[in-house]
Amino acid sequence: MSSCRPQRPSWRPVDGCKERGRGPGKKVTSAANPVSRMAPLRITGQSIACAAGLGLPAVATALRTRASGLRQNDFGESPLPIWIGRVAGVEAIALPGHLAEWDCRNNRLAWLALTSDGFLERARIARDRHGPDRVALVMGTSTSSIGATEEAYRRLLPDGQYPEDLRRPIVHTPHSLGDFVRAALGLEGIVVTVGTACSSSAKVFAQAERFMRLGLADAAVVGGVDTLCGSVLFGFNSLELVSPEPCRPFDRARRGISIGEAGGFALLERDGEGGPWLLGYGESSDAHHMSSPHPQGLGARLAIRHALERAGLTPDAIDYINLHGTASQKNDEVEARLVAGMFPARTLASSTKGWTGHTLGAAGIVEAAITLLAMETGLVPGTLNAQDLDPVCGPQIRIENTVADVRYALSNSFGFGGSNCSLLFGQSRPG
Amino acid sequence: MSTRTAFVNGVAFWAPRLPGWPVAAPVLRGETPAPEQAAPRPSPTLLAPTERRRAPDTVAIALEVAVRACESAGADPRALPSVFASTDGDLAINDYMSQTLARTPTLISPIRFHNSVHNAAAGYWTIGTGCHEPYTALSAYQDTFGEGLLEALSQAACDDRAVLLVAYDIEARGPLAGIVPSRGMLGVAIVVSPRAGVNSLAQVQWRTTRGTHRTSALRRNAGIVGSNSMASCLPFFEALARAEPRTVCVGLSPSLLLEIDLDFSTDT
Repeated sequence: MSSCRPQRPSWRPVDGCKERGRGPGKKVTSAANPVSRMAPLRITGQSIACAAGLGLPAVATALRTRASGLRQNDFGESPLPIWIGRVAGVEAIALPGHLAEWDCRNNRLAWLALTSDGFLERARIARDRHGPDRVALVMGTSTSSIGATEEAYRRLLPDGQYPEDLRRPIVHTPHSLGDFVRAALGLEGIVVTVGTACSSSAKVFAQAERFMRLGLADAAVVGGVDTLCGSVLFGFNSLELVSPEPCRPFDRARRGISIGEAGGFALLERDGEGGPWLLGYGESSDAHHMSSPHPQGLGARLAIRHALERAGLTPDAIDYINLHGTASQKNDEVEARLVAGMFPARTLASSTKGWTGHTLGAAGIVEAAITLLAMETGLVPGTLNAQDLDPVCGPQIRIENTVADVRYALSNSFGFGGSNCSLLFGQSRPG
Repeated sequence: MSTRTAFVNGVAFWAPRLPGWPVAAPVLRGETPAPEQAAPRPSPTLLAPTERRRAPDTVAIALEVAVRACESAGADPRALPSVFASTDGDLAINDYMSQTLARTPTLISPIRFHNSVHNAAAGYWTIGTGCHEPYTALSAYQDTFGEGLLEALSQAACDDRAVLLVAYDIEARGPLAGIVPSRGMLGVAIVVSPRAGVNSLAQVQWRTTRGTHRTSALRRNAGIVGSNSMASCLPFFEALARAEPRTVCVGLSPSLLLEIDLDFSTDT
């Protein structure tokens, strides 16, 4: 195909005055760039595998009975004295033979999540209906299968080479997850892995929505998987962010995060028989610090505001917010103040990390699934392990579970590097 | 498949033997040979002096091309959403983390840990420029450049605004180097927009299409940066440098391509 089209009118002279770029020194705020609206997308399939349960029904039961999935750290050879959200049985999973090249803990957990809740079948039906090149695949992870690289370094041969069984380049690159799921689902379209730390598998909804809005795909499989590994356990420990006890989000005496592992998926289509809707998303940057949130929650506020604007809703429409609520000192303080200032007292809000741990790059998809469960069942989870809420918390943040009709809900995911994403879901499209 | 239009309003390029677009462009066109001498690593002047010295290579190279592309476009970095694409992130930090975890895990450096995230360069970019616009950080193995370019073009089309794309990879170190083939450093950046800017280089018409045939880089250029994981960006930058109408196909997945018609006409 030639790109030489001399008959087309010239695109010069320049139209630079319309550019958004402004001269240096001028204050630029995001308010100057109103968000683009999106058509709601139907969520026609979902799955989850996390410490709180395998599959949506198991997670719903854990939420209702307030059964935490956290346990004392038993991961690795010299485990730190902390609590983790470990998914039982990942080690025993055998991938189908044609997927052996991708074998590692992270992709085993991905397989566990794919085969939960009938997701694999739903995704294959969507693939066959729309065509394998018309289903986009957008995955999120923070560490992907770095655990395989860590293992190779522990088992190096005397000559410094990787052991034979780990000489598989695909499991030593971040796209290991996206490439594995592509192969597992037999997809032939767009496939990409997002790595924006703890906002990764929230941002996948935004990227997939853009692909669908532009007609680059008719459906999308989104999701995320992160597994326990030395990098995150010892890394967060080095930052003194890890709690020696099960995490207590928003508690006055919270002592830090509990790291978890999880996988989850969602199928997005323009319409479908039933299911909730993705109505909006907001993304922003803190521009403050690599591992500490903006003290006034500037980026988080922008993300929430943009999600509301994109959905055409105001804060008083929001029935429930699944908070990022990591139980770190700073995140919870900043997020609690933000929610108290932005939302009416009737909005319910909670962190569910006491059930799952902080699943890092999988937090977005896990907490989207929990938010949608609240919407479906009317059982709104409280904040497990919190006993005495930090005084900065407004009336929105609840310790106990509540029964409520959740028509519209937000799910917040904020990550290292100041990357924020807020997702807005609805039982139905706004009237 | 429908075709969309965008403009390349700014460009930047950095490799040790092609340090900057003014040096790289004539080499990519075949007019001059690449300098034999390798340039020193660029200094990320956006960062505070202490951070500048200890910045990982990925951050140094990504920030260098990001700054230059914005200058080239005449765009304020604070107004641009950004897409950071890297096949493997910081391979030197991966090597450090894996070595340390194998020997003395409790001695992991907290700074190296937070610099190990795939979005470290993007985080430093927004911190250094004071940009509150969203960024993303992605990878797609051998198709990382294509997926990064697609995401930048998609954002520009959806949100009707200019977007910064930064793509980079560095050299594998230690035992990882036996598995990950990336060598040398390569960073590129462009500003894409639905509208032409003051310094537009090209108009592009883009679409996705089934296929496997990616445009190859010219052999002489591939030899200069060919062993870097981001070398798949070369055909696109060769076309920008040549400024002659051309269609470039970059990979998006094993069976999908991003097909880009580049047009450089300056008059009717």
